Amino acid sequence: MDFNDSPQEAEFRKEIQKFLETNAEKRSTIADKPNDKGPQIAVAGAPETVRGGKEAADEALERAKEWQKKKADAGFAAILWPKEFGGYGGSPIQQVIYSQEEHNFFVPSGYFEIGIGMLGPTMMVWGKDEDKKRYLPKMITGEEIWCQLFSEPSAGSDLAGIKMKAEKNGDEWVLNGQKVWTSGAHFADYGMIVARSDPSALKHKGLTYFFLDMKTPGIEVKPIKQISGTANFNEVFFSDVRIPDSQRLGAEGEGWKVALTTLMNERLAVGDPPGLDFDQIFEATKEIEVEDGLAIKNSEVRQKMADWYVQSRGLQYTKFRSITALSKGQTPGPELSISKLVTASKMQDVSAYALDLMDMSGTIHNDKNPILKNLFQNGYFFSAAMRIAGGTDEVLRNIIAERVLGLPQDERPDKKLPFNELPSGKN
Amino acid sequence: MNFDFSDDQKLLRDQARKFLQDKCDRSLVRSILEDSEQNYSENLWKDIAEMGWTGTAIPEEYGGLGLGMLELCVIAEELGRSLAPTPFSSSIYLFAEFIKSYGNEEQKKKYLPKIASGEFIGTFALSETNGTPRPSNIKASVNDGKLSGEKAPVNDGEVADIIIVAANSDNNANHNSLSLYLVEKDDPGLSKSSLETLDPTRPACSLNFSNVNAEQLGNRGEGWSMIEDIFNRAAVLFSFEQVGGAQVSLDEAKKYSLERFAFGRQIGSFQALKHKMADMYVKIELARSNAYYGAWALSTDSNELPVAAAGARVSASDAYNYSSQENIQIHGGVGFTWEYDCHLFYRRAKLLSLNIGSTRQWKENLISNLEKRNIV
Repeated sequence: MDFNDSPQEAEFRKEIQKFLETNAEKRSTIADKPNDKGPQIAVAGAPETVRGGKEAADEALERAKEWQKKKADAGFAAILWPKEFGGYGGSPIQQVIYSQEEHNFFVPSGYFEIGIGMLGPTMMVWGKDEDKKRYLPKMITGEEIWCQLFSEPSAGSDLAGIKMKAEKNGDEWVLNGQKVWTSGAHFADYGMIVARSDPSALKHKGLTYFFLDMKTPGIEVKPIKQISGTANFNEVFFSDVRIPDSQRLGAEGEGWKVALTTLMNERLAVGDPPGLDFDQIFEATKEIEVEDGLAIKNSEVRQKMADWYVQSRGLQYTKFRSITALSKGQTPGPELSISKLVTASKMQDVSAYALDLMDMSGTIHNDKNPILKNLFQNGYFFSAAMRIAGGTDEVLRNIIAERVLGLPQDERPDKKLPFNELPSGKN
Repeated sequence: MNFDFSDDQKLLRDQARKFLQDKCDRSLVRSILEDSEQNYSENLWKDIAEMGWTGTAIPEEYGGLGLGMLELCVIAEELGRSLAPTPFSSSIYLFAEFIKSYGNEEQKKKYLPKIASGEFIGTFALSETNGTPRPSNIKASVNDGKLSGEKAPVNDGEVADIIIVAANSDNNANHNSLSLYLVEKDDPGLSKSSLETLDPTRPACSLNFSNVNAEQLGNRGEGWSMIEDIFNRAAVLFSFEQVGGAQVSLDEAKKYSLERFAFGRQIGSFQALKHKMADMYVKIELARSNAYYGAWALSTDSNELPVAAAGARVSASDAYNYSSQENIQIHGGVGFTWEYDCHLFYRRAKLLSLNIGSTRQWKENLISNLEKRNIV
């Protein structure tokens, strides 16, 4: 057992560090988030909800594109992609090393991940050669941003419950309906979409997958303001949006299969450090006073902190186990599935408890709050979203139970009936 | 990064698992549970000693196999899985580690070969009262080489050949007077009375010392720091036993939930149960990873050991207590019958989580060691 890089890994890490040190500013304190300086995730929000408005949002986008271009020129923008499309042609362990190192610097994020992580790989599997040549290189350089149009008002956890209509008309398809929770639709140039082409087929059989230009007439993007006050997601309305059949990925009715390619390419979470965590509340308890002195001296506080510590480090060491598997060229075990489930709830618990420790001052939610730059107030809101986005706690528990433990699926009436005969509660 | 056991260690794990499936089935565990005269399975103990497990981490020059602590961690997990009714933890995780770390050459030569061969069983006697043992509530004391006092519970005390006793080296109990002493079982001043425990497959007794011969182990007045050190080492090994037991609790809950039908379907298809088992899985994976980190710290004599050991211990106690408790819940009514095995794990889980200090105490250890680490 050791934590050392292999010689090749160490060399790669050095190369990455050199690139980052030359091109980005290093973070210093535990309260600094990667995007504290430069464009923030929050700035990737819709202009009207961003502090500084359209000007700030546009500037953030420009800076993100500049950064992406630098990364692409150095070859690091898509570690896992083949070289022919501008990728690094690297291994999962190299992707992990890149993420670990990049986290130590202030760099923009929140614009290109979905394209490079999920949509590009989908096009590599299902797209035509000319499309790959046309679209993939610009996805890497950040010249064109992509979004993923999957979820709908009645298709969230039950993602295959998509109702967006796709009707064939000659060489074209006509799309009508609504998508929701579309990250970045307000700045995306292109999107990938799943729609229902045959409502009389079984739920998973009647879907077809397309890519499209977001400027196609008939598409309307409306930002959704979240409880945090910003809008990173959108509703996207489609009325008689016409797209050529050449933009179909996979066969008619095979859309679910293509969608699974997208979903299985969710970013390797092993390189991602947790956000608000034990270390932040540990620091805070050394500053906050409670009834009997500093919070860190209070035994109830200490007991709770120990729980969070073992969750936090347990996850970190679980990632080490996954990285070990990657490093040996193996597929990481299912242990990765626990990461978001534990992280989101822990963040919510830690935030709520930290606010409690701050007592009356816990209500202050702006930069004047002296404790760790408002971190816990932000975490209080963000964690509530995190427990839902990208798979709710409940869906993740189902995944663990079914795919890891091999327990049976729940009763599924939707597997036996044509989609248009399924009870929907609305008609 | 190589945060995993080696292929050889995994092979050892597979062999140990097969061996224990053969030699330590549930009927053997129950034979000890149901026979109050038997404190442990002598046959299993002999078999284990013949395999060399008792000498795993004892150097070859003292009659052991001279393997490392990682190998001992591997064996601990398997002992935990099988609910082995033996004094392994008392004799190997505690007694042998005390002698290895703090014994003089003579003591090592005298005891380690016999511990390694399984001929001798050793244990450690600390607690005297309800509540957390601390230097200030240890009353046992030694004067002119004679020890007097009372200790309870002493795990495996009835079968121990040799006992390490924490006692004050003068009549004033304080941090600086606590020392460790070796006491042999045949001393006429030593009397025992057995105690019932939560898990009778892991028995304990109270020991009364009346002017027994006591040989000092380690430096006078350094008892408490030696205890902290060895408890840290033992905590990692206990955590592997706990992870092993927690995993079997989950496996058996799952198996039952697939066999049992209610409302026309397998009860394992109900989300209420699936989510419970997912939570068990999460706690066990976190505990396993924390235990791995403890194993790394233990095997490399890292400065991280106090933090790593406490983290492993807290996480493993949580995982095993939760999994064994919810295993009963998933079994429903039969879960709390004597006939079903759920209670074997429920007993063992709580017992292990108290044996070398409560979860509460280890959480406190964890935070205070984190504070110390940050100052350094």
